[in-house]
Amino acid sequence: MKLIGEKGVHRILMGIAFSAISALLLITLFIISEGLPFIFEYGLTDFLFSSEWIPAEKKFGIFPMIAASLWVTFGAMILGAPLGVAVALFLSEYVPRSVMRIIKPTIELLAAIPSVVYGFIGVMVLAPIIRNYLGGPGLSLLAGSVILGIMILPTVISISIDSILAVPQSFREGSLALGATTWQTIHMVTIKAAKSGIIASIILGLGRAIGETMAVIMVAGNSVNIPGSALDSVRTLTANIALEMSYATGLHRQALFATGVILFIGIIILNSIASVALRKRAVR
Amino acid sequence: MRIHPRLFQRGAVALLSGATLITLVILIFIIVFILRKGLPVVTLDFLTRDPESMGREGGIFPTLIGTIILPLLALIIATPLGVFTSVYLSEYTRETKFTRIIRFGTDCLAGIPSIIFGLFGYIFFVLTLEMGWSIMSGGLTLAVMVLPTIIRTSEEAIRAVPKTYREVSFSLGASSWQTVKNVILPNALPGIVTGVMLSIGRCIGETAAVIFTAGSSLRLPATAFDSVRTMAVHFYILAREGISQENAYGTAAALIIAVLAINLIAYWLMNRIIARRG
Repeated sequence: MKLIGEKGVHRILMGIAFSAISALLLITLFIISEGLPFIFEYGLTDFLFSSEWIPAEKKFGIFPMIAASLWVTFGAMILGAPLGVAVALFLSEYVPRSVMRIIKPTIELLAAIPSVVYGFIGVMVLAPIIRNYLGGPGLSLLAGSVILGIMILPTVISISIDSILAVPQSFREGSLALGATTWQTIHMVTIKAAKSGIIASIILGLGRAIGETMAVIMVAGNSVNIPGSALDSVRTLTANIALEMSYATGLHRQALFATGVILFIGIIILNSIASVALRKRAVR
Repeated sequence: MRIHPRLFQRGAVALLSGATLITLVILIFIIVFILRKGLPVVTLDFLTRDPESMGREGGIFPTLIGTIILPLLALIIATPLGVFTSVYLSEYTRETKFTRIIRFGTDCLAGIPSIIFGLFGYIFFVLTLEMGWSIMSGGLTLAVMVLPTIIRTSEEAIRAVPKTYREVSFSLGASSWQTVKNVILPNALPGIVTGVMLSIGRCIGETAAVIFTAGSSLRLPATAFDSVRTMAVHFYILAREGISQENAYGTAAALIIAVLAINLIAYWLMNRIIARRG
């Protein structure tokens, strides 16, 4: 180290600190340079709003996949967000801290279970239930939504708990001193104070649901069509990329990268909103 | 009609505790379901034998090797990069525009879905750098994927080292680097290891980013530029192509045990840090 000196160390560390941002730039550059020329050549509106995806005939419209991604994610949020926030409220407001410190990491284990395992559970357990009791093929938009709804729980719960615990204790005491019940305190004081953190947790869950690939491939059925009901088989943007990437060449491969560009832009926007919301919490 | 607040309170408690119960039941169901069907398949023989006829018969030995070697390579690359990035962020600079850009980049990187990492790894490492479907391509892709986790957890660990430690070190005439090397890193080590363990867990379970970069060859790799199949990819292929349900359950059980064990070690380490600090 004497050879390099303190200044040298400083410079080396600064260079290393660039690694994450250069990786991000590299990813952006390569995905876009592979996908964007195709979008220009094919036409953005045709690519986004045409419903025909027939690679053999050089027809690449991703509207059905966009619709499927949005619907599956919407379903996942309807199920996962309220459930997750409810769990977060219960664990942070009603349960002794010592119990919370055991249950929170247990629930975070849900995040450690590989997505292929979720997909497998969907295929073996959930799809037959849907097929037998609700009809349709079983592997469907609904199955995808339920599985994704479960998969986003740890994200929503863990970030919500952190932001609820960050609400100063004096807020709660003030409300309780005025004669409010615990529940009144929660929904009139705590939730309002922790709002931006809870919203951020939901947006991050949203990002995770839109980006999830393997579980959705396994449970959503993968037929290219605009979903007419929750029991239809659908194919999401991510599934479209992963299913065809292994054999796609030429224009077809570029179309898949272009699908990736659309996904990438959507995710970056979502995450930027979430990070602004979380920073707002930090400022307060 | 106005519902009495106390009645409302009771309803709310019932609803919220019900939600918590449902979540825990789902978690336990998933783990028990896989282990009950898969555990009987997982024998020493299953783990150490080569697969036969695409995995229909035999064991999962090559995929076990793949599952060890890919995360290992990824972490060998990502750990120094991540740790030194966080050393720079917390010890060598104040909050500036530059650090804010790095932090924003790290956040963005953390939110990118694994399929995008897969696409990137394929076009960059596999095709542009001509590494082919290989351990190298897969390991590098996973390294990029876990970098933000390493940066965040190490930064938290480094910030948790008490200020007085630094002051004592400086007052003894140590330079910044000596302080980092002799005082800060040793004290932040358990926190850094926790981040590394969580990252290993994520690498082991990853499929989308691995299948397009490391490929899915079932042969035992001879060099770093050979293709390899991980347990997660093997399980995906077995389940999706309906090759063997029995072996799929077995592979899933092995996968779950590995991931749970690594996460439990990580939590144990984290609790030890909290206990020591408190």
